[in-house]
Amino acid sequence: MRYLDEYRDPVLARALLSELGRVVTRPWTLMEVCGGQTHTIVRQGIDELLPDGVRMIHGPGCPVCVTPLEVLDRAMAIAQRPGTILTSFGDMLRVPGTRTDLLALRARGADVRVVYSPMDAVALARRTPDRQVVFLAVGFETTAPANAMAVLHAAALGLTNFTVLVSHVLVPPAMTAVLRAPDCRVQAFLAAGHVCAVMGWTEYEPIAAEHRVPIVVTGFEPLDLLEGILMAVRQLEQGRHEVENQYARAVRRDGNQAARQAISRVFRVTDRAWRGIGTIPGSGLTLTDEFAAFDARRRFDVGHLLVREHPDCVAGDILTGARTPLDCAAYGTACTPRTPLGAPMVSAEGTCAAYYTAGRRAVPPTGVS
Amino acid sequence: MTIVDPAAGSCPVPLPESERVLLGHGSGGRLSAELISEVLLPGLGPAAPGGPLEDAALVTVGGCELLLSTDAYVVDPLFFPGGDIGALAVHGTVNDLAMRAGLPVALTIAYVVEEGLPLTDLRRVAASVGAAAAAAGVPVVTGDTKVVGRGAADRLFVITAGLGRRLPGAAPTAAGARPGDVVLLSGPIGCHGVTVLSTREGLGFESDVASDSQPLHRLVADMIAAGGTGVHALRDPTRGGLAAAVNEIAAASGVGVELVEAALPVPEPVRAACEMLGVDPAYVANEGCLVAFVAPERADAVLTAMRARPEGAAAVRIGAVTDGGPVLVRTMVGARRVLDLPLGEQLPRIC
Repeated sequence: MRYLDEYRDPVLARALLSELGRVVTRPWTLMEVCGGQTHTIVRQGIDELLPDGVRMIHGPGCPVCVTPLEVLDRAMAIAQRPGTILTSFGDMLRVPGTRTDLLALRARGADVRVVYSPMDAVALARRTPDRQVVFLAVGFETTAPANAMAVLHAAALGLTNFTVLVSHVLVPPAMTAVLRAPDCRVQAFLAAGHVCAVMGWTEYEPIAAEHRVPIVVTGFEPLDLLEGILMAVRQLEQGRHEVENQYARAVRRDGNQAARQAISRVFRVTDRAWRGIGTIPGSGLTLTDEFAAFDARRRFDVGHLLVREHPDCVAGDILTGARTPLDCAAYGTACTPRTPLGAPMVSAEGTCAAYYTAGRRAVPPTGVS
Repeated sequence: MTIVDPAAGSCPVPLPESERVLLGHGSGGRLSAELISEVLLPGLGPAAPGGPLEDAALVTVGGCELLLSTDAYVVDPLFFPGGDIGALAVHGTVNDLAMRAGLPVALTIAYVVEEGLPLTDLRRVAASVGAAAAAAGVPVVTGDTKVVGRGAADRLFVITAGLGRRLPGAAPTAAGARPGDVVLLSGPIGCHGVTVLSTREGLGFESDVASDSQPLHRLVADMIAAGGTGVHALRDPTRGGLAAAVNEIAAASGVGVELVEAALPVPEPVRAACEMLGVDPAYVANEGCLVAFVAPERADAVLTAMRARPEGAAAVRIGAVTDGGPVLVRTMVGARRVLDLPLGEQLPRIC
């Protein structure tokens, strides 16, 4: 397949790995920000093939994982209102809230539906004028343009039965938060290629300069990641700290102007709570006043929500790279994809689920060869 | 870090919500297995089958060995590129018999029809059942029809059962795989699941791909003729896909399996759809291919026999059976990862 096969070539992968082995002279710790990159790294076992001393730690870039519990509980409360259809992308449905998840609510009769695009939710609202259709809009800068377009489309159609429950998050403030953490070990970043395809990389230049940290805009295929790691390690070895673009086939410095305009028309920047991390200033998007009528928070009063995280879940440490799943006592025992205690065990892009489905365990359980 | 079976050693704390059946319980993955082992089999009590759970059961009647299988079909949409619910109901049961080296002797059919179904749809399905049975060379000998009120069923469910006779000189069973066996796959994976999903959701891939729904008993007959008792285990990777089929055989046989990712034949539209949805093709349903575990000395002969038939023209070797441990995949870059049973529904990811 064009644009896939050439980035999965095992011969080129070995060549990049041996080049990396030649370049490295001492240990380095890199963070890949995006959950999609974590998924590829763990699925392909890339981190296990890296030269000794080059460590990947997995960043907070799984949108499902960082969606606050309050948003999930609110979505579930809205889904239980009569006459409501709650829509979202598939992997949001199994994320545990304080008491339950959306799939279990569906089994109990709530109308919860998977859509493949927010425009599908707008179309559903058009087809069912007697029902309130709510789209749970989560994600990074990558999904924001499509969600903005859905709101613009609903406004153009004059729909009064379509709303969005917005919990958008932004990558650069999260990277800054990781760098400012007192025990930060990250020496270089692989920035998320698809986020940069929308936003460009100008926002990353001051971060690289201020924190003296190399940032490489990187794609998602195995060879993209190996090349991104090599570029970042080269910078570290040479004492440089620049923003470089590995993902040139998809990313330009200024990103996608039309997408950025749609985002800035529909959304404005706000402080945002990240699940497991806390509130990061200026790290989220919310609807502008012009489109407040499409805000599900305003449309539906669900009363006071009593929100409580599972006490055994260390998602915050996992999401900032302070700990790996193998350091968590609940990982693989009380917490599995079947019975997740926290969001990183749910999405395929969550670090814990990626580790678990790849069969990574700290200690072999008894009775297993 | 040590690679071990993710299923072992886990101690699930049941959610209170799990007291109800979830859609994921029908996915062919871990939730389905739990439903069978914790609810359905205990309910059977002493009437439950002994030994591994097979696609078709071997029943001895007056010294004569017969194979028996049953399956229910609930597909949305009823009609899709490459097939429909009627043909699927015939092929599925013929294939379940074939996985035990059974040639179909007779089928039964039952229709559960929702009030309001257009008669033209029912006619079309009935004709498709007839055509598929005739093409497979098996008569439909008896049946049943029920009509339920609107909303009590989703348009049309079809249930078939099949009776088969076993090919001489063959004994494939789910517990038959042995270390050293070669793992063969009869054709490309993912076509059926992607076609049905794409047609239902209007994703746009349905014009490029069609369901692989087809009967496999003639392919199996030629494989047995070439490999005899060296054909140790057969399974058609339907719900839960190749990952579920290989995991089930490995578990029933008490062996491990190592597959080579680069060897898995995934057609381009299937890959494109899976990339877009964030779904692994190894977990996507098939209705017209099989995975075979064959003694190494017979593998080449069996592979040649497979490629000589249209159903197996694209047959490939995808891995080998190991002494134990989990089902592993050697990745494109040369590392290994566990290919586990799917959990429940395959949920498309966000980005």
